[in-house]
Amino acid sequence: MNGAVVSEPAAAAASPPTQASLEWRFSQVFGERSAGEEVQDVDIISAIEFNKSGQHLATGDRGGRVVLFERADVKDSACRKEAEKADYSVSRHPEFRYKTEFQSHEPEFDYLKSLEIEEKINKIKWCQASNGALVLLSTNDKTIKFWKVQEKKVKKVSEMNLNPLKGPTNGKPAGSNARGSSAYLPNGDISKSGGLPLLRLPVVVTSQETSLAASCRRVFTHAHDYHINSISNNSDGETFISADDLRINLWNLEISNQSFNIIDVKPTNMEDLTEVITSAEFHPTHCNTLAYSSSKGSIRLVDLRQSALCDTHSQIFEQPESPGSRSFFTEIIASISDIKFSKGGRHILSRDYMTLKLWDINMNSGPVATFQVHEYLRPKLCDLYENDSIFDKFECCQSGDGLRVATGSYSNIFRVFGSGAGSNEATTLEATRNPTRRQLQNPTRPARSLCTLTRVVRRGAESTGIDANGNSYDLTTKLLHLAWHPSENVIACAAANSLYMYYA
Amino acid sequence: MATMDALIYPIAILVDELKNDDIQLRLNSIRRLSTIARALGEERTRKELIPFLSENNDDQDEVLLAMAGELGVFIPYVGGVEHAHVLLSPLETLCTVEETCVRDKAVESLCRIGAQMKESNIVDWFIPVVKRLAAGEWFTARVSSCGIFHIAYPSAPDQLKAELRTIYGQLCQDDMPMVRRAAASNLGKFAATVEQSYLKTGIMSIFDDLTQDDQDSVRLLAVEGCAALGKLLEPQDCVAHILPVIVNFSQDKSWRVRYMVANQLYELCEAAGPEHSREHLVPAYVRLLRDNEAEVRIAAAGKVTKFCRILSPQLAIQRILPCVKELSSDSSQHVRSALASVIMGMAPVLGKDATIEQLLPIFLSLLKDEFPDVRLNIISKLDQVNQVIGIDLLSQSLLPAIVELAEDRHWRVRLAIIEYIPLLASQLGVGFFNDKLGALCMQWLEDKVFSIREAAANNLKRLAEEFGPEWAMQHIIPRVLEKINNPHYLCRMTILQAISLLAPVMGAEITCQKLLPVVINSSKDRVPNIKFNVAKVLQTLVSILDQSVVEKTVKPCLVELSEDPDVDVRYYANQALQACDQIMMSS
Repeated sequence: MNGAVVSEPAAAAASPPTQASLEWRFSQVFGERSAGEEVQDVDIISAIEFNKSGQHLATGDRGGRVVLFERADVKDSACRKEAEKADYSVSRHPEFRYKTEFQSHEPEFDYLKSLEIEEKINKIKWCQASNGALVLLSTNDKTIKFWKVQEKKVKKVSEMNLNPLKGPTNGKPAGSNARGSSAYLPNGDISKSGGLPLLRLPVVVTSQETSLAASCRRVFTHAHDYHINSISNNSDGETFISADDLRINLWNLEISNQSFNIIDVKPTNMEDLTEVITSAEFHPTHCNTLAYSSSKGSIRLVDLRQSALCDTHSQIFEQPESPGSRSFFTEIIASISDIKFSKGGRHILSRDYMTLKLWDINMNSGPVATFQVHEYLRPKLCDLYENDSIFDKFECCQSGDGLRVATGSYSNIFRVFGSGAGSNEATTLEATRNPTRRQLQNPTRPARSLCTLTRVVRRGAESTGIDANGNSYDLTTKLLHLAWHPSENVIACAAANSLYMYYA
Repeated sequence: MATMDALIYPIAILVDELKNDDIQLRLNSIRRLSTIARALGEERTRKELIPFLSENNDDQDEVLLAMAGELGVFIPYVGGVEHAHVLLSPLETLCTVEETCVRDKAVESLCRIGAQMKESNIVDWFIPVVKRLAAGEWFTARVSSCGIFHIAYPSAPDQLKAELRTIYGQLCQDDMPMVRRAAASNLGKFAATVEQSYLKTGIMSIFDDLTQDDQDSVRLLAVEGCAALGKLLEPQDCVAHILPVIVNFSQDKSWRVRYMVANQLYELCEAAGPEHSREHLVPAYVRLLRDNEAEVRIAAAGKVTKFCRILSPQLAIQRILPCVKELSSDSSQHVRSALASVIMGMAPVLGKDATIEQLLPIFLSLLKDEFPDVRLNIISKLDQVNQVIGIDLLSQSLLPAIVELAEDRHWRVRLAIIEYIPLLASQLGVGFFNDKLGALCMQWLEDKVFSIREAAANNLKRLAEEFGPEWAMQHIIPRVLEKINNPHYLCRMTILQAISLLAPVMGAEITCQKLLPVVINSSKDRVPNIKFNVAKVLQTLVSILDQSVVEKTVKPCLVELSEDPDVDVRYYANQALQACDQIMMSS
C-alpha cells in the first residue's frame, strides 16, 4: 500500500519489553448444556460478531435465529464516565446479558435448481447504529437480510371516540366509511367555528416498559450461484460486499434489487477450476481496499479504484512452499478458512487448517508471524481427511490492541497467541467453566519430535484420539467460531449450542 | 344530537384509526389527516393533533413516510403561515429516523414549510431546528440538517449567518462519511444562497476539503458540486478555482470519480465557458476518452456529440475525431455501442466534407460490428446522417447490415430491427424499400417467435401509414393475403392479426372487398384457434364496415360460429355478436 498506511500502535509502537501472558478467566456462559442433554442441530451456533463499540454481541445459529446480547456492566458511555469518576467498575469485567432474538432466515427451496436452502446463519455483520436502533446484516447460503432492532415504549390506547366493543360498524374496513366523510363537512365552516367539540384524539398511555422489535428492512437475494461465505461492510457506510465460492458482489445498503459483480474467478470451463474464494473482507478504513482469501492459501488485495471489474489484484500474499515438504494434503491444509483485517488495517490475520498467520500488508513475501494451532494433528491428517474434518473452517480473531490473536481447534479448545514483537505467549483454553483445566504442552516445540512420539502412541482412533502428551482430542467438538471484543480482553466463543465468554 | 352524531361518526372512526393495530388503517388515517384537521378546527389541530403526532412518531416507516408527506402541505390546517412553526417539531423528529426515504420526505416538507414562513419566524423557529439537527447525536439528524441550510440562511441576520456557515463547514468534516456525503451533495444549493464575498473564501475552502476527502464516495459528489459552484462564481474565479479541481478529478485514482467527471464534463464546460473549456478541458476529455477503465470510456463516448457541439469543427476534427476512431475499434462492445448511439449526431457538427472523409469510414466499420447492439444503435439514428450526406452513400453498406440483423439468431435483435423499419423506409424512400426490404417484412410474418410475428404485423400497419393505402394495396395486401393458405395455423393467425391492424388504415372499401372475404373464409378453418380469432377480428371490423355488410356477411358468419362444437369459439362468437348489436343500436 505504498506506505500510505498510518502506522498502527499495535505493531509499530514499541511493545512493552516483556508482555505478560494474560490470565484468562471464565466470565459467562449462555445456553450451557446440562449433563446428558442432547444438542439439537438447529441450536448450534454458526456465527458470532461484536459490534464496533463492543456494546452488543450477536450470534447466529443453524436454525436461522439471531440472538443479541448487550453489555450489562456499563449501560452506556455516559454512565461509564460517571462510573469511572466514582472509581467504580475498575475491578469488574465486562458482562453481557441476553437482549432479544429473532428468526432471521427460514428454510427455503429453490424450485429452479431443486435445491434446499438451509436457514443456517453463515455470517452476521453490524452496521452503523442510528437513532437508537441496532442494525445488522445476516446471511445464509443465498440471501442477505438487513435487520433493524428497535426498542419501543409499550403504548396503550386508553380512550377513543367510539367504544371498540360497542357496535359492529367499528369492525368495518374504514375505507368505505371514511372516504365519504369529507362530504359531511360543509366547506370548512366547522373549522372556523372551532371544530367538532365532541371529537377527541385517542389518548395514549406510555408505560415504562419497552419492547424490542426486529424488522427486516431489506432482502438482498438472487445474486449468488454458490454459497455465500462472507459479507463485509465498507467504511463508507453505504456499501457492502458478499462473497461466494467464485464471485464477489458489491451492494448498496439502500438498494436491494441490484448488485455489481466486482470479482469473478469462474473459469470459462469449470473443469479448469483450481481455486475458490473462501473469505473476503473490506479494509476497516480505506473504502477502496478489499482482501479475499483462496483455497490455495493466498490472500489477494484488490484496489476498487483501478477498474470496475477487479479481476486483477494489486497485491498477493503467499507463503512460498518449502521444497520437499509437499504431500497429498499440502494443498488442502493450505486453504484459508478466514481472514480478518487488524483494527487499523495494517495487518491481515489468516487461518488455514494447521496455522494462524499474521501478514503485514506492506510485505507480501511471507507472513510476519506464524502460529501452530494444533501441530499434534499433523501425523493424523490422513484420518482427518477420511472423516472430512480436514475441511472444517475455523475462524480467527485479533484483539483490539492488535497484540494478540486467537483461533479455535478441536475438543472445544481455543488458543491465544501473543503477536506483539518478542512475545511468545501461547495459551490453550477450553470452552468450559474452567478454561485452564487442561493445559497442553508448549506448542512451539519442534514438530519433528512430536511426529516420532505420536507414531508410537498412535492408535486407530476415529473421532477421538490421544495426542503425544496423552491428551485426548475430540473431533466432534470443534470450536469454529469466536470473536474478540473490540476494546477489551474479552473473547466470546461457541461450543456447539453454548456461548462461552472469557476475560483477562 | 342525532345529526351531530352522523356528522362526527365517520371522522371519529378516522381519528380512532390513527392508533389502530392494523397498519393499513393507520396509513389510511394518516393520508386523510387533513380531513381530521378540518374537523378539529385550526386551534385544536395546533394544540392537540400536532402534539399527538409528535408523540406518536415511533410507528412503522410506511406510516412515518406518509406523515412526513402530509405535514408538508399542512400549513392551511394549522391556521396559516403565522402558525406554520408548530409543524416543525414533528418533522424535526422525523428527520432523525433510520429510514432514508422518511428522512428525505421530512426534509422536503421542512423546506416547503420553511419557504413559506415569515422571516422573523424563520429566525425564531426554523434556524434553531437547523442547529439542533446539525448537532444531533445520531448521524441521521446531521444528514438531514444538510438539506435545510439553504432555506434558513437567507433569512438569518449576519451573526447567525456566520454561525450557519461555520456549522456547515463542520458538517463537511464530520466523522461519518454519510454526513459528509449529504453535505457535499447539498453544497451547491447552500452555496447559491451565500453572498459572493463568502463564496470565494468560506465555501471554496469547504469545497476544497471535500475534493480531498479520502472516501471516494464523497469526492464523487464533490464533482457534481463543481458544476453548481462554477455557475455561481464569476468566470475568472471559476477558471481559477474550479478548473484545476476538475482537471485533477479527471486524473483521480478512482475510476468512479473519473466516471463522474466524464458524465459531468459537459455541464462543467458550460460553467467554465467555451474559451477555457477548449484550453483546459479538451485535454482532460481526451484523457477520459482514452481511460483504461471501460466504464469511464462508455460515459465519455456517450457525450462525444454534446462535447463537440461546444467546440469549433476544426478542434473537434483535430482533437476528438482521432479518439473517436480509436473508440470505434475499442475492445469493449459497450464502449462501441455507446459511441454508435451518439456518433451520428457528430455529422451536422463536422459538416459534409469532414463527415464523408472522416466520419463515414467509422460509421461503416461500426455498421459491420460483430455486436448487434452497435449496428442497431447506428441504424436507429440514421436520420441524422441522412440530413448531412444523403442516404445514397450509405445505402450500399446499409443493406447488408440490415439483412444480417433481420436474420440474426437472437430474436431480440430481430425485434429491434423491425422497430426501425418504418424509420428506414421513410429515410430510404419507396423505391429502395420495395426493392430490398419488402421481402424481409413478409418473411418476418412467418418467424418462429411470436413476438417477431406480432411486431411484423404491426410493422405492416406502420408502413401502410407511412406510404399510404394505395401503395399498401399494391405491395402489401396481395402478399399478406397469399399467406392465409400457409399450412401452419400460427402463421394463419398472424395474418388474421395483420388484417385487423391494416383494416383501419385501408378504409372501409378495401376492407370490404379484399380483407373481409379472407376472414370469412377462415371461419371454415379446421383449427378452433383460428375460428375464434376470426370472431375476434370480425368484432374489430364491425366498426369499420357498412351496416349492410355487417348484416349480410358478418353476422351470418358469427351466428354459424356461435354454434360451433368448440366452447371457446362459441364464447368469442357470442361476444362479437353482442358487440355487433351494441354498435347497431348506438347508430
